[in-house]
Amino acid sequence: MNPSIRAVTVPKWGMAMSEGKVTRWLVAEGAAVGPGVEIVDVESTKIASAIEAPVVGVLRRRVATEGATLPVGGLLGVIADASVADADLDAFVAGFKVEAVAADDGAGAPAPTYVEVGGNRLRYLAMGDGGIPVVLIHGFGGDLENWLFNQPALAASRRAIALDLPGHGGSSKAVGAGDVATLAAAVAGLLVALDVGKAHLVGHSLGGAVAARVAIDHPEAAAALSLIASAGLGPEIDGAYLQEFIAAGRRRELGAALGKLFADPALVTGDMINNVLKSKRLDGATEALTAIAVGSFPGGRQAWVMRDRLAGLTIPVQAIFGAEDRIIPTAHAAGLPSHIIAGAGHMVHMEKAAEVNRLIGGLV
Amino acid sequence: MQINRTELLEAYRKMRTIRVFEERVHEEFATGQMPGFVHLYAGEEASAVGVCLNLSDDDKICSTHRGHGHCIAKGCDVPGMMLELYGRRDGLCGGKGGSMHIADLSKGMMGANAIVGGGPPLACGAALAAKTLGTGKVAVTFTGDGGSNQGTTFESMNFASVLKLPVVFVFENNGYAETTGSSWSVACGDIVNRAPAFAMPGVMVDGHDFFAVHEAASEAIARARAGEGPTLIEVKVDRYFGHHEGDSEKYRAPGEVAKLRAEKDCLKRFRKRVTEAGLLQAGELDAIDRDVGALIDRSVKAALAAPMPTAADLMTDVYISY
Amino acid sequence: MARKLTFRQAVNEALRQEMRRDPTVILLGEDIAGGKGSPGEQDAWGGDMGITKGLIGEFGERRVIDTPISESAFIGAAVGAATSGLRPVAELMFVDFMGVCFDQIFNQAAKFRYMFGGKAKTPVVIRTQMGAGYRAAAQHSQCLYPLFTHIPGLKCVVPSGAYDCKGLLTQAIRDDDPVIFFEHKLLYDVAEDVPEEQYTIPFGEANVVREGNDVTIVALARMVSFAKTAAETLAKEGIDCEVIDPRTTSPLDLDTILESVRRTGRLVVVDEAHPRCNMAADIAAQVAEQAFGALRAPPRMVTAPHTPVPFSPSLEDLFVPSPEKIATAVREARAYKA
Ligand SMILES: Cc1ncc(C[n+]2csc(CCOP(=O)(O)OP(=O)(O)O)c2C)c(N)n1
Ligand SMILES: [Mg+2]
Repeated sequence: MNPSIRAVTVPKWGMAMSEGKVTRWLVAEGAAVGPGVEIVDVESTKIASAIEAPVVGVLRRRVATEGATLPVGGLLGVIADASVADADLDAFVAGFKVEAVAADDGAGAPAPTYVEVGGNRLRYLAMGDGGIPVVLIHGFGGDLENWLFNQPALAASRRAIALDLPGHGGSSKAVGAGDVATLAAAVAGLLVALDVGKAHLVGHSLGGAVAARVAIDHPEAAAALSLIASAGLGPEIDGAYLQEFIAAGRRRELGAALGKLFADPALVTGDMINNVLKSKRLDGATEALTAIAVGSFPGGRQAWVMRDRLAGLTIPVQAIFGAEDRIIPTAHAAGLPSHIIAGAGHMVHMEKAAEVNRLIGGLV
Repeated sequence: MQINRTELLEAYRKMRTIRVFEERVHEEFATGQMPGFVHLYAGEEASAVGVCLNLSDDDKICSTHRGHGHCIAKGCDVPGMMLELYGRRDGLCGGKGGSMHIADLSKGMMGANAIVGGGPPLACGAALAAKTLGTGKVAVTFTGDGGSNQGTTFESMNFASVLKLPVVFVFENNGYAETTGSSWSVACGDIVNRAPAFAMPGVMVDGHDFFAVHEAASEAIARARAGEGPTLIEVKVDRYFGHHEGDSEKYRAPGEVAKLRAEKDCLKRFRKRVTEAGLLQAGELDAIDRDVGALIDRSVKAALAAPMPTAADLMTDVYISY
Repeated sequence: MARKLTFRQAVNEALRQEMRRDPTVILLGEDIAGGKGSPGEQDAWGGDMGITKGLIGEFGERRVIDTPISESAFIGAAVGAATSGLRPVAELMFVDFMGVCFDQIFNQAAKFRYMFGGKAKTPVVIRTQMGAGYRAAAQHSQCLYPLFTHIPGLKCVVPSGAYDCKGLLTQAIRDDDPVIFFEHKLLYDVAEDVPEEQYTIPFGEANVVREGNDVTIVALARMVSFAKTAAETLAKEGIDCEVIDPRTTSPLDLDTILESVRRTGRLVVVDEAHPRCNMAADIAAQVAEQAFGALRAPPRMVTAPHTPVPFSPSLEDLFVPSPEKIATAVREARAYKA
């Protein structure tokens, strides 16, 4: 088999994903492609996303037709040099076999676990080994599933741990004063409990402020800091969004709120809304979110701005923002090594996952 | 009250039929081939037969979820019953009723009933019809100890007493309603204690003794026929199987049923009494046993081989189909 | 943490957790523990379907109360207790038994809030099992939620799975109005991911079980999984169905249904209840009234026939709507030309 022929397959986004639907091809057969070039839109029940070319080459075959549903690992298309013979491509397509990929309850699928930290239960999901570990900290109202496009990719070459902050997802609902320091202390405790050592702390939004606070309070725990659409860089934040998110108990309201997080609100699927609702309906979740909103964002302003203290850090730091962020002003990235990604909103790590993954992977 | 030979043979045949029918259903149910909820009457045979031997086809009975015994005692077709239990097209109710709804109005059997307390008001109605039409017929309602606590039952007793209806309230107290003990659920202890409150005579009889039941029933039925109103009879019985098939019976005392079967069995007592008194010969009874065994065997075989109802049967017996 | 729980376990857990949280929650019903006044084991059954098993062990006889067979008395007592400081959850073993206690539900519990000028709260829950397919025959198999839905003042919940069941039951107990909670007996053994933690699902919020653009299927309780099966079959034929589970028939989330029908133009309602005055008829009528212009085909109703539930398995299987019948209705709606 010709080694320069590369398959583009349906990725596995999140534990429950077993198949994906091809919604739209974005490039024609014969187009030159490479990392950073989105070639096809695929939709799972959880989310829709564009898939980038894994390697440089020519998109020689669009195997999956628009509208088709394929299993995870199913063949979407084929990239190869222009020089590869058509017959070889046909043989490759004909001989392609989908490797069985564990779905939800299949053996071997990574599942979240729990650890007790300071009397509270924290949920986390660990994947991969070695390298400088990355720790992924979601934002206000999120959970570890927010990293479903990032964690598997990052885990390919390092230990990657995603966690649920106190008050979120499957973690206990006690959040104390709801301020960044309290949340950071819980994360620091988790890192000790899991014996993570020095990690690349990656935080999104509120999680960015938490990551920074961990790095500041526990320099021994931080190898690098990636701040994605991060809080903690300036006082402004869309306080109305926070209130809207907290108040949204129903699908429609929540869908409208979540739409604000994306440059393309159509990316919000029913499943995504349902999953957020599932977390929000847990006893104590609304109270926890309210406490965090009060503790971290009183009066719709950010209570903790750590811009000057970042200057004191000796580790690599980067800020990543979506150009169309409607929650935290992109301008907050100013003065930091930063990447403003076009065509993405506040959930830039979901909307432009491949690019964000490259930036995270490239920092240390 | 004298019972003649023919009646005695008839009584034995019916009690025996009920027993073998129920024991066979118990086995058949365990094979998984018999659908539905099945409540067996084994152990209580003397009650149904002791009462129904006093009735004609034009007298009415209302039964309960534990209705097979009442059906057989009232003369329902046994193979037809078995077909019904298997949900077959030619069952007594065309397969539409099942064990809990077996009925044969031509035999005065107004139906087993899956609603506890469903029977007493209906029996009052049958009695009201008899009284209004002056037919001289009566109605008997069988109710359990559990059903004795249902509002419909209390209302019916008062109603029957006020209207002096020709109805007999037979309470088969087998000690349990599902898992619940009757000594707890019946606040006044014995159900018979309620009779005075409704201004009707009440008697309590040993339900393992066919003759005691028969005598009490015949008096009550005679009173009813004579226009003297309702009577309450509490029959103390025991059920040999679980509440329904599949019941774990954890609420019973260990060894309880084995002891009952050994010491109180109504069939054994009947046989002993009639043979010792020289009323019937053991050989006659043995012959009945063989007959009944063959009948039940035939019934099961026929039922298993019989056709199920089809789509065309779904929309019959209705006045409109949509 | 979510783990697989059966619908049966979900009911048990919802009761257990809410009883721990709120000491005013009590349970009443026939044999809900079992063995009362009997010589053998207590908690012998834990209810006719084993739903409440183990609760008497934790909460004792003061809060897990076995009753005589007197539905009018204990359902009515639950209603009365609800107006007097408790949050009773009464089990009406089968909804078919409503006949012997309906007055306490529809003339009493349902009316207090309004009839007393808003001064009364009646936080009672009546749990009851329903549904055909168990060979339980005419008096133990009905889907009578339309009768209750008809009555102002009652809230009616018809969960289709274990996750919804736990959240809706918890909501029901905390709710200040009388709630009738219908458990389809053929769902009891179906398992699903259910969080360990307590949570509530608001009433009047439909679940969009599957998103699609060609035909809207609205289905309730056990019919939801049948509708999903039909939708999967139809997807292979290129028909993209949206499946909506209203979860509560009162209040009914009509908005979600209308929104969907405005997109698809086609409606199929699946209801295991008899066809006249059931939820299918009600939903179809409301959609016709409010979204007539959006309809590209007449609404279709897939229901049980207008007969009692037959005992015979061969008839009962014909009685219950099937995925095939649903698929046929969808195909017809799709092919309809005015
Ligand atoms: C109105 C009503 N409530 C409850 C039931 C459930 N159920 C069926 S049989 C039974 C116990 C009846 O006990 P009892 O009357 O003593 O009759 P037994 O089973 O002992 O013959 C119960 C509670 C029912 N079928 N109908
Ligand atoms: Mg009894």
